[in-house]
Amino acid sequence: MNAIGENIITHKIRYDHEIIANIIKSKSKVLDIGCGSGDLLYHLKKSKGIDCRGIEISQEMIAKCLVRGLSVIHGDANCELHFYPDSSFDYAILGQTIQAMNNPQDILEEMLRIAKYAIISLPNFANYKNRLHLMFKGTMPVNKTIPFQWFETPNIHFCSIRDFENLCKKMNLTIEKKIFLTSKHRLINVFGQEIIANFFADYGIFLIRKDEFCHTGQEEFAFKKINNISYSGRLISQFYKGR
Amino acid sequence: MKVKSCFGPNYKEYDIGEIVFLGKEQPLKLSCGLEISDFPIAYQTYGTLNEDRSNAILICHALTGDQYVASTHPITQKNGWWDFMIGKNKTIDTKKYFVICSNILGGCMGSFGPKSIDKKTSKPYGINFPVITIQDMVHAQNLLIEHFGIKKLHAVIGGSTGGMQVLAWSTLYPNKVKLLIPIATSYRHSPQNIAFHEVGRQAIMADSNWCEGNYIEHKKFPIRGLSLARMTAHITYLCESALQRKFGRDLNNKNSFSFNFDCEFQIENYLHHQGSRFVERFDPNSYLFITKAVDYFDLESDYMGNLSNAFVKFSKNKEGKFCLISCLDDWLFPTQETKKITKALSSCSINTSSVIISSNNGHDSFLIENEMLKNTIYGFINQN
Repeated sequence: MNAIGENIITHKIRYDHEIIANIIKSKSKVLDIGCGSGDLLYHLKKSKGIDCRGIEISQEMIAKCLVRGLSVIHGDANCELHFYPDSSFDYAILGQTIQAMNNPQDILEEMLRIAKYAIISLPNFANYKNRLHLMFKGTMPVNKTIPFQWFETPNIHFCSIRDFENLCKKMNLTIEKKIFLTSKHRLINVFGQEIIANFFADYGIFLIRKDEFCHTGQEEFAFKKINNISYSGRLISQFYKGR
Repeated sequence: MKVKSCFGPNYKEYDIGEIVFLGKEQPLKLSCGLEISDFPIAYQTYGTLNEDRSNAILICHALTGDQYVASTHPITQKNGWWDFMIGKNKTIDTKKYFVICSNILGGCMGSFGPKSIDKKTSKPYGINFPVITIQDMVHAQNLLIEHFGIKKLHAVIGGSTGGMQVLAWSTLYPNKVKLLIPIATSYRHSPQNIAFHEVGRQAIMADSNWCEGNYIEHKKFPIRGLSLARMTAHITYLCESALQRKFGRDLNNKNSFSFNFDCEFQIENYLHHQGSRFVERFDPNSYLFITKAVDYFDLESDYMGNLSNAFVKFSKNKEGKFCLISCLDDWLFPTQETKKITKALSSCSINTSSVIISSNNGHDSFLIENEMLKNTIYGFINQN
């Protein structure tokens, strides 16, 4: 059986690391949950002078982190976050692992207890390819993004981009930024059409924080602001959504 | 300076290597209040100290270990206890690092211990030796480091009792170390472990040849007591699955019971073998004092019940990093205890790594060659 966090990474080149690095402010303090061999943390440490910590379940991966001078704790993210006191980090990152967590809601709460911001990246189960696969083949989708058969997958809590947004809403979490990606290294320019994102995106990356001002049941007066910034020669659409 | 010392029931004399006398200018004040001065510490070094004296690694040995970490033991003639770890082109490469290992205070391999002669009475201290602590051992190691003119150690590494010394280094000399690797250890000795130690001590003291601690004067030796103490302790160093795997219920070269109290099972044979080997190289009084020192170790209560407070000073050492290693099937120092240290260190914002080694030899796993263990230590001490 695959250990959680070990084989969920579906693409060798994690170009999402670049995007995550772009979100994070320099000199901040970051915890990467399921940090693997420390690629993202090492990148953050070298390029932005970030104080990096990690949690990883595989000892082999940790040995690679240690050579790079990273501090990593051996353990299962499902139960090791209690190590850290409240607000000990600026960002807690959970890269393509939330769908493999026992209780995603608890993880989100823990992440936002120990960090000001949480960065979550997740595969979008509602991608059109998956929808078509299920519709025409009638079997659980297996492809590059989700490379496991249903009986051997570590992914136990699949969700779509919209599902995740709904969960954030339910938990009164503010989504500060969201970025949608396809597997072909191209970012989707969705022009504000989240329905389209939920249909075409392979992955979503979310920057979330606790909503300090929101009370349960408060009337929503959402506004959207589209910011186009140039990145690596491509046009990225980012959404800022406040309440 | 090299000296000789007597070992075992036959008081055979062996050459025990390098010795230095420390605490000459200023006596060392022990935790019990007594002061010691001009006392010997025996040590071994490997590799060469570089010009700016920044490549030194201190190895802290375990309860009944000694300074022969990577060279032939003068009594047993066996390889050093961490021979697979330390040496040229090994995990801790002596071409790159200057490795120091000293016999702990209270030990019997040349350092100041119960076997040493009391200048006032011209007799061995025996049971009148001052009761020492892990912290006292570390103070003595610090004097040795000063003797070498080393301002800051690149790393301090130790397992079990040695791991306690590593933790004590971070609390007593937080600015004199960069990297700390406590292995298979705890912030305090658990009641269960104290219980096992007490059984061992009582076994020695119940032996009539112990002579109230004065066996050297009487030219006797509590062989049965000391080997019984070792046998009990050895059960705790392994684990149920290891005993099952190594010995099972197998008998010694026979297929049926002999219906008497001979040593029949292989596990019995193994324990007797361990016991009889141990008495050849270890001093019974030393065993009493060292086990006591380990039992006294409790960083949590030293810092008002809050373990994090122990590491507050270390957290100001910008270069300071911890890498905690525990063994999965160690029931003497279970991984939970290491997790508690990890939590305390993390809450002080100290750069902490923690690795659980999948092992199958219980507590002794850190003394047995293991790729995971080697990779972890190699990665941590050679980090950039």
